[in-house]
Amino acid sequence: MQHSLQKQQKHTLYRFNGGLHLPDNKSQSLTLPLEKAALPKRLIIPLHQHIGQSAEPLVKVGDQVLKGDMLAKPQGYVSAPVHAPSSGTVVAIETLPIPHPSGLPAACVVIETDGKETWGNQLEPIPDYPHADPSLLRERIRNAGIVGMGGAAFPSSVKLTPGLENPIHTLIINGAECEPYITCDDLLMQTQAEKILHGVGIIRRLIGAERCLFGIEDNKPEAIRRLRQAVTDAGMDWVSVIAIPTLYPSGGEKQLIKVLTGKEVPSGSIPAKIGMICHNVTTAFAVAEAVIEGKPLISRYITITGNGVQQPKNLEVLIGTPASELIKQAGGYTDQVSKLIVGGPMMGITLASDEVPITKATNCLLAADSSEAPDPGVASACIRCGRCAIACPANLLPQQMYWYARAKDLEKVQEYNLFDCIECGCCSHVCPSHIPLVQYFRFAKTESWAQEKEQRAAERARQRHEAQVARKERLEAERQAKLRQKKEALNKPAAKKPKSDKPEAGAEEDPKKAAIAAALKRAAEKKAKLAEQGIEPKNQSDLSEAQKQAIEQADQRRAESSTDAVTSEKQDG
Amino acid sequence: MRFTTITSPHSDRPNSVSKTMLLVILALIPGAIAMIWYFGWGILINMILASITAIVCEALAVRLRNRPVLPAIGDFSAVLTALLFAVAVPPLLPWWLTVIGVAFAILMVKQIYGGLGYNPFNPAMAAYVLLLVSYPVQMTSWLPPEMLNENPLTFIQSASVIFTGTLPAGLSWDALTMATPLDAMFTQLDQSKMLSEILIQPLWGDFGGRGWEWAGNWFLLGGLFLLFTRVISWHIPVSMLGSLLVIAMLFHFLDQEAYPFGMFHIFTGGTLLGAFFIATDPVSACTTKKGQLVYGASIGLLVFIIRTWGGYPDAVAFAVLLMNMAAPTIDYYTQPRAFGHQGARRD
Ligand code: SF4
Ligand code: SF4
Repeated sequence: MQHSLQKQQKHTLYRFNGGLHLPDNKSQSLTLPLEKAALPKRLIIPLHQHIGQSAEPLVKVGDQVLKGDMLAKPQGYVSAPVHAPSSGTVVAIETLPIPHPSGLPAACVVIETDGKETWGNQLEPIPDYPHADPSLLRERIRNAGIVGMGGAAFPSSVKLTPGLENPIHTLIINGAECEPYITCDDLLMQTQAEKILHGVGIIRRLIGAERCLFGIEDNKPEAIRRLRQAVTDAGMDWVSVIAIPTLYPSGGEKQLIKVLTGKEVPSGSIPAKIGMICHNVTTAFAVAEAVIEGKPLISRYITITGNGVQQPKNLEVLIGTPASELIKQAGGYTDQVSKLIVGGPMMGITLASDEVPITKATNCLLAADSSEAPDPGVASACIRCGRCAIACPANLLPQQMYWYARAKDLEKVQEYNLFDCIECGCCSHVCPSHIPLVQYFRFAKTESWAQEKEQRAAERARQRHEAQVARKERLEAERQAKLRQKKEALNKPAAKKPKSDKPEAGAEEDPKKAAIAAALKRAAEKKAKLAEQGIEPKNQSDLSEAQKQAIEQADQRRAESSTDAVTSEKQDG
Repeated sequence: MRFTTITSPHSDRPNSVSKTMLLVILALIPGAIAMIWYFGWGILINMILASITAIVCEALAVRLRNRPVLPAIGDFSAVLTALLFAVAVPPLLPWWLTVIGVAFAILMVKQIYGGLGYNPFNPAMAAYVLLLVSYPVQMTSWLPPEMLNENPLTFIQSASVIFTGTLPAGLSWDALTMATPLDAMFTQLDQSKMLSEILIQPLWGDFGGRGWEWAGNWFLLGGLFLLFTRVISWHIPVSMLGSLLVIAMLFHFLDQEAYPFGMFHIFTGGTLLGAFFIATDPVSACTTKKGQLVYGASIGLLVFIIRTWGGYPDAVAFAVLLMNMAAPTIDYYTQPRAFGHQGARRD
């Protein structure tokens, strides 16, 4: 397979605007062998670990569950089930703190483990996936509860059901892992290259791509070497393992696609629009385990790192394990610990307490000291130096967006493409005035959604009101017509009336019909006039269809007390 | 264990305003030393006087606006304004003019608009222009450079001229001062002298006025340092110097006796100081990259026009202020193409 190796080396790479060279801080947690985390006494499994509808519990308090049993089934198309990570007893189903940007608690199933790790009825392995029915594979991926594991947690089965209008030609596998500190994907690629490639094969079978571009940042030479070797051994000459320059945020889905193909996913749209689908390397691994071994998604690799823990390391962790347990296994906190972050330093969320569970999308626990994650301090005025714009991978003008976000001029912020912001944090990072720019942009997005929702509600109210008015007018017209008919009946002997102001021939024959017609016409005119004045709320007029959809989705999430970002799978690194 | 929660990013922040300003001040030092070397102690006295005035005014204004004083002083922006003003004005400018100028810059141009970040005009240049218009004689009384100066003043003599207006015994203002090379060049051109006739005078060095061109070199060096440390980007200086050079060369080519050659414009007057230290003031300049190219090129063009056909000897201050006014509009029409968009939003 010399041929495929050569092809890999010659691949042309492209650049996105800006980005940051950050100190990568990865070596401290890159230790082998990779251990399994000890079985905790309690597992806390959130019902809502993914984008979309929350899962519906199938168990009740007191039930005995076995490892791998489904605890809650998906509700609706965009949803995912959750499974018991170990055997034990369901001791509670209640609202508990979870790692979520909103900081709000959510419904969780709590299992007291029995220490036996007894497997329940396992899903049947499908080792011969190349010849399996795609719908069977898709069903399996859905039943195994697999979601995007790079951070956004979008149900994978949905993403593996390509629409007809955009045939997929390229599968992108995201092994960039661009956030500093995080090394779990790196270790997974170093240790599980073969299984990952099986996952890639299964995904390809489902979406029908011609080629696969596997992007890995060049600060992971061992992972690149192992994967290239595995590709060669497996004879998968349609897979190119490509080393990309280490530059944050090259693991952002749209940025990675740009780097690997030179194509830009249109604003407000998804990669499928340009014939590509992007999956995280950990997701590919989980897909392989689900299909080939029949194992639902109940564990994952997680990096525990930072100056705040004694022994930074990676662990294979059961979903639902409390963060505090993992910190213990990393030797406990050091005296300097000041913040606990889920995810990386650039896009992670801070936790108020370590009593929260690991979810499917958790890739890192960063216990940071005050030099790694300093307190933000006081922001000063923007000096318009433009460093933020130079760093912005979406090629926006953060300084202008900030200006209008501060003035609460949402319409203007959106004109400056607020909804193309991927919240990567590059702008805030470089700002000499220490302005929390991303915070302003999140706020502006949330406000825009809220405003839009209000406007939609107002629009519905207006339509209702109009319908009411039209109905009243119609009733009134009917009443008038009846009256006139009566009068006419009474006046019949008086023969013909002088010409009325309604010259229609039918008017006299059927005044009732005419009156109704006139009333309806008035209502229609009124409606048309309103339409001319612009029914469309003004700040939506610039949004594309897809953005509206995104907003709709987001609304839904807000309804479920979420303040997540707009696009799905926005950041996989 | 409880932890504080904040929103991302959490990383250590490598830049700060005070660091940025200090780097600019640092970059200004070689040029400033050169100016002191060629034009005497007066420059140093002005720098000190201007800095003190700036700090006092800034503290006062911030205090009146009920803001914390130390951060405002500590960002060094007021000191930078003062230093830029001091290297732009004549070395023996009466002390009260320096005080008026700097106070105007800090209070009226900067703080009244809301302080650092909100001023639409470059404070140092606005003050320079105010004084030039109101006190044209004092503002154009330059000393000859060191190599042509027959009466160099000591530190004490300079201080006494600045603070008391008394000249050393036996010296008159006429004997002491000398027109700047720019002034000399254009006054004589206006008198229809030929360029070749003018250039044989001892005033000239390789490109511009003797002394002046060397100070220019040192400012250029400081500017390169700023480029290298990424405090400024290349867009404004390159487009400004480029457009000035191109148009000057074009006119010189058309009539070699009536228009000075391109390099003359670069190395005389405040061109290099302006290109690297003044036009690049982020607050009052354009903020988009394309906009900065337009902004810089327009300043270069205006500098040439005002020098060649205008009534004032140097034009950098005017050109910068004029373009400050246009900056927001230029920014609006030069937005970059956002990722995933077809074209720029407006053209
Ligand atoms: S980096 Fe900060 S100070 Fe500079 S333009 Fe952007 S927001 Fe303003
Ligand atoms: S957070 Fe948004 S505005 Fe800031 S650099 Fe990233 S994409 Fe650009």
